[in-house]
Amino acid sequence: MTEQRIGIEVSRAIAIATKLANVDVVSAYPITPQTHIVEDIAELVANGELDAAYIPVESEHSAMSACLGAAAVGARTFTATAGQGLELMHEVLYIASSMRLPVVMAVANRALSAPLSIWGDHSDVMATRDTGWIQIFAANGQETFDNVLCAFRIAEDQRVLLPVMVHLDGFHLTHMIEPIYIPEPSQVDKFLPQNQYPLPLDPNKPITMGAFAPPDIYTEVKKAQQVNLTAAKEAILQCWKEFGDCFGRYYSPVESYRGEKAKVLLLVMGSFSETAMSAIDILRGEGKEVGLIKLRLWRPFPFDEIRRAVRGAEVLIILDRALSFGGPGGPVCSEIRSALYNEDKRPKVIGFVGGLGGRDISPGGFKEIINRGIEISQTGSEREFEMFGVRE
Amino acid sequence: MEKYAVFVPKLVTRRENFAPGHRACLGCGEALAVRLACKALGQNVIIVSATGCMEVISTPLPYTSWRVPWIHTLFENTAAVASGIEAGLKVIMRKGKRLAEEVKVVVMAGDGGTSDIGLQALSGALERRHDFLYICLDNEAYMNTGIQRSSATPYGASTTTAPAGKVSIGQVTWKKNVPAIAAAHDIPYVATACPSYPFDLMAKVARGAAIHGPAYVHILSVCPTGWRSATDLTVRIGRLAVETGVFPLYEVENGKYKLSIDLPQLRPIQDYLKLQGRFRHLSEEIMKEIQNRVNEEYAKLKEKVACA
Repeated sequence: MTEQRIGIEVSRAIAIATKLANVDVVSAYPITPQTHIVEDIAELVANGELDAAYIPVESEHSAMSACLGAAAVGARTFTATAGQGLELMHEVLYIASSMRLPVVMAVANRALSAPLSIWGDHSDVMATRDTGWIQIFAANGQETFDNVLCAFRIAEDQRVLLPVMVHLDGFHLTHMIEPIYIPEPSQVDKFLPQNQYPLPLDPNKPITMGAFAPPDIYTEVKKAQQVNLTAAKEAILQCWKEFGDCFGRYYSPVESYRGEKAKVLLLVMGSFSETAMSAIDILRGEGKEVGLIKLRLWRPFPFDEIRRAVRGAEVLIILDRALSFGGPGGPVCSEIRSALYNEDKRPKVIGFVGGLGGRDISPGGFKEIINRGIEISQTGSEREFEMFGVRE
Repeated sequence: MEKYAVFVPKLVTRRENFAPGHRACLGCGEALAVRLACKALGQNVIIVSATGCMEVISTPLPYTSWRVPWIHTLFENTAAVASGIEAGLKVIMRKGKRLAEEVKVVVMAGDGGTSDIGLQALSGALERRHDFLYICLDNEAYMNTGIQRSSATPYGASTTTAPAGKVSIGQVTWKKNVPAIAAAHDIPYVATACPSYPFDLMAKVARGAAIHGPAYVHILSVCPTGWRSATDLTVRIGRLAVETGVFPLYEVENGKYKLSIDLPQLRPIQDYLKLQGRFRHLSEEIMKEIQNRVNEEYAKLKEKVACA
């Protein structure tokens, strides 16, 4: 049996991924641009194609809360949200990770109000950066589909037992129709074992979940959580390796595109990296030694992989699609700068913030960013960051 | 029930699923309610607790008072967590991923977690008709954080965020009627209870747990710490709340109201108020106002009962 490649909207492909994963509980609240995902799942359930409980909750806070409950009894659990919805879930996100509940969530990345914007950027994600979730950024429809399948396996891995977010850019990915390889159910069954949550709520074996921690134990709990999330990288790498062996598509925390012998590197997360590839091709055609790094694994942060990927480069230009107001620019840039700071030899790190609230950046735009980055690195007028494409 | 009262205690299980040794205050009516509820619920339950007194007194890591599966996540989301547990259990049992057996999902939350911050999640879960029992343990203020007013705090009570002062009587709003809100969702079962009537409480909790679909039991829980009452008067104050008509005991089964104790005559509310420091400052005039309100509400309730 082989995979079929079909033209399909990415949101619908996610719904199919949850069906192939034979998910048990989906609890969701509608918000643009996540809606197609949950509508399609609801349809699969309504038609009997997916045997799952679809809980149409009254808020995102409850969406994630219901996921906690479902995961705590050992059900395979999925939800999806975006923007304000992700913010409303905020405190619940910490519970999922801290109580080791393997919920999987697709996030249709969306800007935050005010002013209201339903369009894409990474402001919503960045506010959840420290929630203890595994976070994977998809660059296209296939990556999204594949990583939703991987997310279940990673989350439910007995070594991991952590919730996973799969990020896909709102509209730029959610509403895009792409050719996507969809595997046969039997192939997925082989790759994805059943969820075996080790300590579910069960009257035959009563446990207390979510006890409170006095000061003499809280720090130890948090240390354990940190160790657990960091160590999850091994399971993630293994999952991606085995996914590749099954389906022929291999993923890594950091991916380099024409980065060999590049003096200048551009680093991007999410769907914009596909556009940036075109810009790199154009500049390479002009004889410029530029390359691209796609950051796929945002948490746990791939320190070693990032350091390796930028080795030899003189300039590293980073585009963030989120802004830390009054701070050092974009969160991705800040983290990478910090990851490189103690390296003996490191590139100059130039930060840009752009593509906010659905503002597109064309290949020409990326060319401009790269050229401007090179200019800043040469003139030495290195500021914390610049905002790209702002009309004066 | 009354004529069998002599025998009823012998029928109650001695097993304590809410173990002794927890850290509740002396004379805590809420811990008593939880203990009785657990006796009524038995073993085949999963308890979802809100943040609050009962959570804090029973589960300081690494200890627990719970001999049944218990989960606490946040303050306002218990009904949503219960929704996920109930739906999750149903589907994985159907799919053969877990042994099929009767397991009742029971929420325990305080009045703040129910009438204020958790009301939306509660309404959502009742509307979606999840098969669960929601128990509100109402001690009429945020006691765990230090006696701050909630929307369940009665008119005239002094709390730390609605204190009685030279120009204020304390709480200036009337207690939110959450059982009526629950009943307005047309759920199969709503009841009020008080641990001062232990067998009535256990019967109602058992009834709520046996119902298929959402059930709501609202339990008035005397709080000596927050009510400024003597710790040995908890049971008596609970009885007075009922006998004065301040907190009538009733059931609403499929929309039909039924009084659990039909009092031919209400005791004056002073009998109830005077035992509590939180009402100490009230003038005759305010007490009269409260008496009128209690009479009116009780009459309204009796009308509903008469309709059924």
